[in-house]
Amino acid sequence: MSELVVSISGRSGSFSVSADFTALRGVTALFGHSGAGKTTLLKMISGTLSPQKGRIAIGEHVLFDSESRIDLAPEKRHIGYVFQDARLFPHLSVRHNLTYALWAGRRRAGRPFAEVVDLLGLAALLERRPVTLSGGERQRVAIGRALLSNPALLLLDEPLSSLDHARRQEILPYLERLRDESGLPIVYVSHEIDEVARLADTLVVLAEGRVVASGPVAEVFARIDGIGSAGEDVGALIEGHVTGHDVEYRVTYIDLGGETFQIVDEMLRPGMQVRLRVRARDVSLARHAPEAISIRNVLPVRIVAISGESAAFAEVELAFASQLLRARLTRKSVADLGLKPGEEAFALVKAVSVDRSSMRFGKDG
Amino acid sequence: MTGSGMFGLTEADWGIILLSLRIAFVAILFALPLAFAVAWVLARYSFPGKSLLQAMVTMPLVLPPVVTGYLLLLWFGTRGALGAPFSEWFGIGFAFRWTGAALAAGVMAFPLLVRPMRLSIENIDRGLEEAARTLGAGRIVAFFTVTLPMLLPGVIAGAMLGFAKALGEFGATITFVSNIPGETQTLSLAIYSFLQTPAGDSAAIKLILVSVFLSVVAVILSEWLQRRLDSGRSG
Repeated sequence: MSELVVSISGRSGSFSVSADFTALRGVTALFGHSGAGKTTLLKMISGTLSPQKGRIAIGEHVLFDSESRIDLAPEKRHIGYVFQDARLFPHLSVRHNLTYALWAGRRRAGRPFAEVVDLLGLAALLERRPVTLSGGERQRVAIGRALLSNPALLLLDEPLSSLDHARRQEILPYLERLRDESGLPIVYVSHEIDEVARLADTLVVLAEGRVVASGPVAEVFARIDGIGSAGEDVGALIEGHVTGHDVEYRVTYIDLGGETFQIVDEMLRPGMQVRLRVRARDVSLARHAPEAISIRNVLPVRIVAISGESAAFAEVELAFASQLLRARLTRKSVADLGLKPGEEAFALVKAVSVDRSSMRFGKDG
Repeated sequence: MTGSGMFGLTEADWGIILLSLRIAFVAILFALPLAFAVAWVLARYSFPGKSLLQAMVTMPLVLPPVVTGYLLLLWFGTRGALGAPFSEWFGIGFAFRWTGAALAAGVMAFPLLVRPMRLSIENIDRGLEEAARTLGAGRIVAFFTVTLPMLLPGVIAGAMLGFAKALGEFGATITFVSNIPGETQTLSLAIYSFLQTPAGDSAAIKLILVSVFLSVVAVILSEWLQRRLDSGRSG
């Protein structure tokens, strides 16, 4: 397994960065506000900036090691770097941009050109010049160019940040396919919680150049203090697979490891793995299982923790079937119901308030 | 009218034109790589003495050409500090030879070569070189496949400007290598000579028209080349 292991500290100007994390196959999101050190970290991984101390390795292949004085040049690292601003070569056609690593970088072709063109929908763009492309098209070409460099790892530095909402929606499915089909570890930098929820398997939260939380995305999401920065959008990710679809009422049934959940989503087909994002403010709690109620999703949960001793709202961390959920309640209702950690309760979620954040084709995500 | 050759130009006229073109071409051929290196250093590095280098590069533009010519005579003359080793090692003499005219033209054109190239080097997005490196290109390959092609419009602009300047150089040339027909007498010097002789205007006017023609062609050619290179890059 060729995972990326990063354990470094260094500085860029007066800004110091220190990070330890491991990126496995799939997407590892580096999440944090601008200025948190995300791009500095990517530069250190790619070799355009040297850390002071530590070690960076992809599997057995050491890219940087301060102790044995290894610091490979960027061109020797085999890292596909997709920059925020695409950085296509303006004097070359899309085709020659895509194949740059082959004719200029002397890289062995890792995967067939046609396959990458197909994966990213680039067939109609090949003879065009970069200036004639839209922002979304440029990013797709940049991703293809990185993929064709036969990389051992992909670094994506906020590839969607310069795009408007519509363009993002256009690119996200490509990124999902990339994640599911490339088989490469992908480090994805973002400060958009939606993107992270949709794409990431592992989440590394950065603040002021340091890792403040890391782990499987659903776990970090649900941790009460994990993403203090998400504000109103605080929520949990839960995973399951689609079991059925009610055509008449357009309701989709999802199995969450024993519990069935209902949502409204036309895109889902039985067998698909899905990830659902449930915002804390859309979750209510009841002491007893309610009857004759319009809310479709009633999950038996155990209260793990309650936070917010002095605020008007309390964040309640809930566990069910080995998954985590969060609820945001007024502190008054926590007191009135007498909720305490360790107790059983029922979480209520309206079917219409759930966002599907990610879907995978096939069962092994 | 004495002439009856092509375009009414005499054999002597053609000799002058070809000599001028050869001198200007050789001057730019040798000055261009050096000017590129200087432009690169000025654009990319900061070091002690940078402003001194910058001042020296600008000198030929601000010094009276006669002074530049005199300094060249001093340094590159047969017994000059630089002229002697040159003729000893490379067998190249400059004094009163066309090679000296080319040297004078190259020196005078130098600031004009450096400036546009320096501007384009400063303007280039270094992130593109970074991108090339991550795609497997070493520094040198990245330079030739990304940086240099991007700089080409600036290089061509510099070369054309320098060529036009070299073609018309007068003061430094006449001071350094004198006005010897068939050896150092370029267009400008020939026109000057004709105008010094009584009734030489008619002979001069042809060469004046040739000068105007060559300058216009150089400008049009450079504009066209730049537009060609720019198309598909911006706008």
